[in-house]
Amino acid sequence: MNILKVLRDKPWVHSTASATLEQYSGPDPVAASQVMLRFVLAIVSVLFFLFIITFLSRSQYPDFEALAGSPWQPFTDSSRLWFNTALLACASLAIQWGLGGSRSGKLNITVAGISAAVFFTLLFLVAQFDLWLRLQSMGFYLSGNPANSYFYLLTAVHGLHLIGGLVVLTNVVFRVWYNHNIDSLKAPLQLCTTYWHFLLGVWLVLFALLTSRPETINALAAMCGF
Amino acid sequence: MKLVIALVLLVLGSLLFHWWSPWWMTPIASNWVAIDDTIELTLYITGVVFVAVNLFMAWAIFRYRFDPSRRSHYEPENKKLEIWLTVITSVGVAVMLAPGLIVWADFVNVPEDADEVEVVGAQWQWSYRFPGTDGILGQVDSRFISSDNPFGMSPNDEAGNDDVLISSNELHLPIDRPVKLLLRSNDVLHDFAVPQFRVKMDLVPGMVTYVWLTPTRTGKFDILCMELCGIAHYTMRGHVVVDEQEDFDQWMSQQQTWNEIQSIPPGDPIAGKASYATCAACHGQQGEGNLAMNSPNLAILQPWYITRQINHFKDGIRGANEADEFGRQMAPMANMLMDESAIRNVAAYIGTLDPPATVSTLDGDVEKGAYFYNSCGACHGAKAQGNYALQAPRLAGQDDWYLKHQLKNFRLGVRGANEGDTYGHQMVLMARSIQNDQSINDLLAYVNTL
Amino acid sequence: MQNVAIADQPDELHDPQTFITKYVYSQDHKVIAIQYGITAIFVGLVALALSALMRLQLGFPDAFDFIDPSSYLQFVTMHGMIMVIYLLTALLLGGFGNYLIPLMVGARDMVFPFMNMLSFWFYLLSVIVLLASFFVPGGPTGAGWTLYPPQAILPGTPGYDWGIILMLVSLVIFIIAFTMGGLNYVTTVLQARTHGMTLMRMPLTVWGIFTATVLGLLAFPALLVSAIMMMLDKTLGTSFFMPALVSLGESLDYSGGSPVLFQHLFWFFGHPEVYIVALPAFGMVSDVLATHARKNIFGYRMMVWAIVAIGGLSFVVWAHHMYVSGMLPAFGFFFATTTLIIAVPTAIKVYNWVLTLYRGNIHLTVPMLFSIGFIFTFTHGGLTGLFLGNVVIDLPLSDTYFVVAHFHMVMGVSPIMVLFAAIYHWYPLITGKMFDEKLGKIHFWFTFLGTYAIYLPMHYLGFLGVPRRYFAMGSTDFIPESAQSLNASITVSALIVGLSQLIFIYNVFWSLRAGKPAGHNPWEATSLEWQTPDVPPHHGNWGPQLPTVYRWAYDYGVPGAEKDFIPQNHPVTESEQTAGEPEGR
Repeated sequence: MNILKVLRDKPWVHSTASATLEQYSGPDPVAASQVMLRFVLAIVSVLFFLFIITFLSRSQYPDFEALAGSPWQPFTDSSRLWFNTALLACASLAIQWGLGGSRSGKLNITVAGISAAVFFTLLFLVAQFDLWLRLQSMGFYLSGNPANSYFYLLTAVHGLHLIGGLVVLTNVVFRVWYNHNIDSLKAPLQLCTTYWHFLLGVWLVLFALLTSRPETINALAAMCGF
Repeated sequence: MKLVIALVLLVLGSLLFHWWSPWWMTPIASNWVAIDDTIELTLYITGVVFVAVNLFMAWAIFRYRFDPSRRSHYEPENKKLEIWLTVITSVGVAVMLAPGLIVWADFVNVPEDADEVEVVGAQWQWSYRFPGTDGILGQVDSRFISSDNPFGMSPNDEAGNDDVLISSNELHLPIDRPVKLLLRSNDVLHDFAVPQFRVKMDLVPGMVTYVWLTPTRTGKFDILCMELCGIAHYTMRGHVVVDEQEDFDQWMSQQQTWNEIQSIPPGDPIAGKASYATCAACHGQQGEGNLAMNSPNLAILQPWYITRQINHFKDGIRGANEADEFGRQMAPMANMLMDESAIRNVAAYIGTLDPPATVSTLDGDVEKGAYFYNSCGACHGAKAQGNYALQAPRLAGQDDWYLKHQLKNFRLGVRGANEGDTYGHQMVLMARSIQNDQSINDLLAYVNTL
Repeated sequence: MQNVAIADQPDELHDPQTFITKYVYSQDHKVIAIQYGITAIFVGLVALALSALMRLQLGFPDAFDFIDPSSYLQFVTMHGMIMVIYLLTALLLGGFGNYLIPLMVGARDMVFPFMNMLSFWFYLLSVIVLLASFFVPGGPTGAGWTLYPPQAILPGTPGYDWGIILMLVSLVIFIIAFTMGGLNYVTTVLQARTHGMTLMRMPLTVWGIFTATVLGLLAFPALLVSAIMMMLDKTLGTSFFMPALVSLGESLDYSGGSPVLFQHLFWFFGHPEVYIVALPAFGMVSDVLATHARKNIFGYRMMVWAIVAIGGLSFVVWAHHMYVSGMLPAFGFFFATTTLIIAVPTAIKVYNWVLTLYRGNIHLTVPMLFSIGFIFTFTHGGLTGLFLGNVVIDLPLSDTYFVVAHFHMVMGVSPIMVLFAAIYHWYPLITGKMFDEKLGKIHFWFTFLGTYAIYLPMHYLGFLGVPRRYFAMGSTDFIPESAQSLNASITVSALIVGLSQLIFIYNVFWSLRAGKPAGHNPWEATSLEWQTPDVPPHHGNWGPQLPTVYRWAYDYGVPGAEKDFIPQNHPVTESEQTAGEPEGR
């Protein structure tokens, strides 16, 4: 559907094609959910986009010390973050696997996939929290430096979105439990899978940004005109 | 029908209101005449549109009022008409925008030969800094701000030594010289606005903003803070005096540089004790005050406040008003202190006194008073302890009859209305928010508990 | 988000019967709309009372003990915030959006009714949190509705402690509520339109609400981001927006933050917010005008394009609120240009409204009076926007009463004119009763003439240079004494307008009991919401079968038709088919 063409329609002109009189019985819930998910992803993107813009802007003030670059900075060696990333990637793979299971009607695989996804997601959250504790113990407190503040803030917001996803996913699991109907699972699971992949993508962007060296951050900020 | 008449009358009324209104922009005192011209141009264009659209609408309502025998004209759209309207509107908008952008380009580009002057905003006062003979403003940092260094001058920057610091809300500028005002704030957002200059700009803590202009008319103009900056926002005012060059030079020669300010010795209480003997006759040996003589407690007041008030009495800023019976008694006494150092010494001596606590003489509802005190506390402190940064004296421990008398004086403009009374102006505005005797009693009953 | 019941499924076509399921735990969009409406009007009345207190102080300074500088600023702040967010946004989208979208596009309900219900409860919670701030130590925040840091969270500002925290919490809850509602509105418009309801056959009301909701969904995150970051600055000592500063003589631990950054975020939300309020009003007024002028809306396509264009442009004009904020001055060129460009589609909308009246057959009913009042006030407010948008003119006028007068005219009076028009217009549908025409007209005259008497003179205070947010003017060298009499007259007008709203409230309640039955489609309107089998519509709206749409929403005065209107669900007749395109395209 070409939106420009739609907007040029003259609604007062009666189309010569006779209106088909098929019975319309209301919206398709699956399609509606998909539309909604698209909007949700757009909103979340805007949210993180704005956070990132403020991050880049704030990074140009003299007191900003990026968390990577010099040897004493915690993310110069980012192996811990790679480990966490792997956990989240596993969650994404697992949920994709579960989705495949639901498509081919295999309840076992579906349940295993979802469980693994939930497990890895929780593990990721715990690992992120552990990372917070480690940073604290190294003296990188929330209010110590704007770079620290942004690290805590962005990981927290990302984590909250994952938790929100988990709530919805739990809901989905309960539905399988209740009506034993794997078909009713496909559509919502598809949406959850998209959401998980999306959050993995968001995390990769945040990861790249938060572990960037000062030169990279400055270059990005310059590109945005700060 | 009524509606048609109303619409026509509203249009005509708006025009008449505009023509007959005595309320219009105050006469300009700077080079920004182009801004006024742009406003006028915009006014004409928008005025024509306003009249045309509304009169046409009134006519249409009249002409096409309901008639059961008639049907409306069915016309989904009219491309030609719509395109014409779009084009005409676009042209009108462009005609308004173009001069705006040209003038803005002038505003953005400061002339090379503009003098630099720094304007510092802090809750709720203005102060100013001139670069001195070297033409360079020394570095500042909020870390260095203290009661001895309200500008936060950096001790490491030589260029700051000859900077002329104006710790008063009155700024002088020479006429016909372009000036670039560098704006800096110590705490929150403020906005430097002089209606006669037309231009204004926010002061933002953590950065330096600027605005430039050339004063074109001598005179004294109000400076207003135009960005909400807290409870006393509306009292944050100052003056800019546009002088002829020689008057400006003379004024400048009386101001102190940072070097001179630093070299002022602190007050000597021992030397001050002798001078205090005269004061003690009314204010008491321990500075405890005396209701019979209408003399307030001095011992609770901070030395900087006493210094300022004695100076005000000497200079006829306080105690010169006909209605200020008791202040008029104080003025000749203050004149007995010959010079600045004598005043500082007395103030320092008073600072060492420790009289017994005062007794309350007023009855009031403490709880209501606490509500009224909300606004006072912003400057005078939650415990009424006073605050040098806001030039607010201590109130706790002061005689309530004295405070009541002063509040009334402020309300009536008996005190604080003199142009030289920088901080008294704020109290004139503030004191007016409490209207009746009982409320003042309530307020002071609360202050007595602090 | 997936397991919600869809009211469209026939087996769910039952009417909830108990009081709780019908009015409290209701998932029916109409009930939710009324819940939204009542709550919004209630807080709106609170804000109206606050404005009366402000006006008393300004008109008669030194007369009221209980209004001191702190409480004055608190009144200003809460009045602004409530009116913009909790009244206008909530009533236009939560109230009218909820009520009209499903009915106008021919759906049984919103697509996600459960989420819709949650949306209202979150909104109610946000209102409660907001009002709670009146009762905490220090009172509500007095930082101005823009909540600019550093001031908002520092001593020296009323409510810098509890007040601001509750304000931010309330905003966050509101954003969640709005997002849940907004997702419903857009999805319903995109997915639940009935058979034959193409996008271009939708009434402009739906277009306005839809575009506004998209703006809201994308703009509110900016407010969320700034609220979260300011909250961290306040509670945990981060320095996102807080530079090193000395507050009331005390050096604080903040360093390096940028207050201007907050302003960018705030206005990136704040400017679209203006259109979140304006676009639904634009849409609704178009439909009211067309119905009561018995004429098709003039230039429907241009109207839709203008709505979409204004929506798009509204994201690139935000810094015109910041010309004197100390941002890079060069931005002024860009934002002045975009701002004045946005005037073009807006002007086109005004022309088209007026041209809708031209050659119409105008019934001067109460909704029509308010709509015409809207055109008048909106034209005035829009034109003064051309002053403020033009960057150099903003230099003398910003932060004066000119700004106050402008935004009240364009964002206060105009949308409220539309709200009244809409309430009177759809009252017969919502309640099944007619309101009292005479009282409605009295209400109109007081409101229309009264508000103009408030805001026209106020512009001239602005030209004089009277600053806004001043508790008292005191004496200055440039404001003549006579300005005070102007202020007093403004206050008197404001009080009259405020009191005259009681007529409206009385009318609403009185007509609910004693109004004449409205019957079906009392205005003889074409759009779908008037074609329901029951008035007011029952749960599920349409009875057993959804309507089918054959034409656009503006077939008024069609030549050759039997009546002067043809509802959207009337099939196209043979003669219309052969007639082809009507003349005058």
